[in-house]
Amino acid sequence: MTARNTYKRPMTNWWKRLPFYTRYLWREATCFAVIAYALVLLTGLWRFTQGQEAFNAWRAALSSSPSLLLHTVILWGFIFHSWTWFEVMPKTIPFVRMGGKRVPDAVIVRGGVVAALGATVVVLGLAYWALK
Amino acid sequence: MSTSMNAPKRANKPPFWALFGGGGMLSALIGPALVLITGFLVPAGMGFSPEAMGYAQVQVLMGSVLFKLALVVVIGLFLFHGFHRLYHTLHDLGVHITPAIKALCHGLAALGTLAALYLVLSVR
Repeated sequence: MTARNTYKRPMTNWWKRLPFYTRYLWREATCFAVIAYALVLLTGLWRFTQGQEAFNAWRAALSSSPSLLLHTVILWGFIFHSWTWFEVMPKTIPFVRMGGKRVPDAVIVRGGVVAALGATVVVLGLAYWALK
Repeated sequence: MSTSMNAPKRANKPPFWALFGGGGMLSALIGPALVLITGFLVPAGMGFSPEAMGYAQVQVLMGSVLFKLALVVVIGLFLFHGFHRLYHTLHDLGVHITPAIKALCHGLAALGTLAALYLVLSVR
């Protein structure tokens, strides 16, 4: 049998070919922010179980400049994740129908963003109530 | 387990996708607010007292089962979301996905979740 020598399109640096691809990869990169923040919380929980001194050290570390820098990156990651999550929501959820008509994509996206803003206000309020 | 040759092999995709989706939705809704609070507002004392998130206060919060549950759910779902996305992106970057890599990504998420659960249960 003769080996077929079909043309294979090279895939090196595919993400540089279109701004859409680059943005897609940045969206996927937000997973590092989500993982990192979960680890920050997990560390705090672990330090808490070790006692007051250990927990205070973790709590003090949150105010350090490396932590603020890290959290700045994490926060941008979360905001971009949140934005893109609702941006693709019309494609990731089944069709939503209301009154026999499909709800337009823009309405679903806007609904998601409004829900996220609402949840942000609720969480800020809860945190203020619980932590003061 | 069926021994039949024709028994369909169940895909493990749905539960992992559900954890990815659940974590993605939760982090999209409340993630930015959480990072803002624990990463900036509380450490800087903006709108919060210096005692906020102090040991004594967290001790009181840990007395609530609801708080413990919320902590495990947030840590666990965020990890499953992040590692699942990482595993798919590795493929997009040309990394050949072996069962080992898949197991590692989901395993690390599961390990972190179990660690959170264990730690939360160890608090009396």
